[in-house]
Amino acid sequence: MNIINIEHIAKIYEVGLEEVHALRDVSLRINKNEYVAIMGPSGSGKSTLMNILGCLDTPTHGIYQFKEKNVSIMNDNELATIRNKEIGFVFQTFNLLPRSNALHNVELPLIYAGKVKHDRIERSQKVLENVGLGDRMHHKPNELSGGQRQRVAIARALVTDPAIILADEPTGNLDTKTGEDIMALFNDIHEQGNTIILVTHEEYIAKHAARIIRLRDGLIETDEIVKDRYIPKRNNLSKV
Amino acid sequence: MKNILFELKESLIISLKAIWSNKVRSILATLGIIIGVWAVTLMVTANQGIDKSFQEGVASMGSDNLYIDKWSWFNNDIPWWELRNRRDIRMEDYERFQELVKLPIAVAPMKYTFSEIKFGSEIVEGISIVGTTHEYINTTTLNFDAGRFFNELESNGGRNVVILGFTIADKLFPNGNALDNYVKILGKKLKVIGVLSEQGSWVMGAFNPDNQAFLPIEFSLKNFAGDRFGGITILVRAPNSMMVDEVEQESIGAMRKVRGLRYDEMDDFSINRQDGLLSEIDSTMGVLGAVAFILTGLGLFVGGIGIMNIMFVSVKERTREIGIRKAIGAKRRTILGQFILESVIICMLGGLIGFILTALSSLIMQQFLPVTVNMNIVIITFILSSLVGITAGLAPAYSAAKMDPVDALRYE
Repeated sequence: MNIINIEHIAKIYEVGLEEVHALRDVSLRINKNEYVAIMGPSGSGKSTLMNILGCLDTPTHGIYQFKEKNVSIMNDNELATIRNKEIGFVFQTFNLLPRSNALHNVELPLIYAGKVKHDRIERSQKVLENVGLGDRMHHKPNELSGGQRQRVAIARALVTDPAIILADEPTGNLDTKTGEDIMALFNDIHEQGNTIILVTHEEYIAKHAARIIRLRDGLIETDEIVKDRYIPKRNNLSKV
Repeated sequence: MKNILFELKESLIISLKAIWSNKVRSILATLGIIIGVWAVTLMVTANQGIDKSFQEGVASMGSDNLYIDKWSWFNNDIPWWELRNRRDIRMEDYERFQELVKLPIAVAPMKYTFSEIKFGSEIVEGISIVGTTHEYINTTTLNFDAGRFFNELESNGGRNVVILGFTIADKLFPNGNALDNYVKILGKKLKVIGVLSEQGSWVMGAFNPDNQAFLPIEFSLKNFAGDRFGGITILVRAPNSMMVDEVEQESIGAMRKVRGLRYDEMDDFSINRQDGLLSEIDSTMGVLGAVAFILTGLGLFVGGIGIMNIMFVSVKERTREIGIRKAIGAKRRTILGQFILESVIICMLGGLIGFILTALSSLIMQQFLPVTVNMNIVIITFILSSLVGITAGLAPAYSAAKMDPVDALRYE
């Protein structure tokens, strides 16, 4: 099934009197349970594409259909609802609330979704246990290691059971070993039937995905299936 | 509806967490509100206290009394030179007036003399000495610590007897044995036959019975000033407050007769009423209250600006947090509510502390004013602090709500 359907989108920023074409003409489709990596040098428009895919921003031209709904014409509040229910973000800098503990950070999207407290706690605890942080729930981000923080962020992304997981350089702030653990976790998440979009500039990280889309100067350069895909050894992640 | 309540509850928890994690800053920001609310509520409390003590002081004059005088106390429609040119009211006028009126329960003349009172080497200065008749006591609600008021015989005979107000007696006779002693007023010796009990109100000054002495008007007219000098005032007491208007009408008729006025002539006297004094006080207190409210309100306003400032700083500082919240699905109104609530909670907290301070300071104020912290103060505190909170929080909260999540997430 088609989750994302983008047709001829462009994004133009006005910087002073000049127009900057961050995206020129991009069309792509992403199906359910795909594992896609978006690559490209800086200035290629991959951040812009990620923001649009994540419904943080809307394209200037073109149509973006998310699960057959036209996102391009949605207002702020409708976009917020889509982000809350359908998209799980994982950022390079983790972006956790520094003063809240792991459990509360994971619980937050459920608060905005209007779930009652009891269900929120139950669900959040389950997801945290699943990413291997059952014993760290009441720790604040600064009491956790980088890898643990990213696991909290992944738990937060998974907690609403979203249609896509959008990971922006998820290993960028981690050492190689920890990064590898996180990539193994993503692999497990993918194998459970989730759709993952990975934005990275590292060839090695991108090879974890099944498909790589390369951007250059606001256009798609190549879009191909990874032949020599790297599959990390399995975590013992169970389905939540 | 349920959804909004739910969001409100969650925002409340989020806001409380945010305030708690910025304890020191929150307290500092609150300080302005604490002082502002303290000033406003303390001012309102004091204002109520002053008003109350005025009411009590005026009531001690006897609440159903009319004062017939050449001068008008409050009504300034008549120019003062016309008032001055009126004929004085004399004792003869009083006597004829007394015969004509039927409604009042008591009618008494009053002649004020200002003087000092001596006993041995003790002197009390600035006393208003009231020359009157035995009827006077029926126009008041005064009680006696010792002795009695002078009787009809002493009154008509103009005997040298005097009744002292509490403060005077207390100063001249610290040991409390004033009765039957002779005090000296303007060189005349008078026997103390009564001492009034304490009235306590400071408001009326020289017209507080505590600072007055009473003696027969015949005595004062003969010995102090003749009635040609300034004339007298006729004090009329109505049977009850319902009948004050009727008594006033009767008094006007009687007085016109006494003065021999034709139907086309203006009254050449004024009927002064206590409610005139009260409305005068009310309007003065109203102006004072308004000025005080503006001044203390200014303090609160500055406090509000402090909150607004701190909220702007807080929004700026938490730009990234706002970005995160928006990315994971917080709507505009959720963010708006969160920051307004935060500001309201800070202000309410300040209001609460300010209220406690007011309650404590009113305990001290009770030493000299009849103040009470009542429900009004609680309501004023509540409304003021939430109003300041909403007003101060609105602009910062709005700036947070309309942030672009992409920019906010990128903010370092």
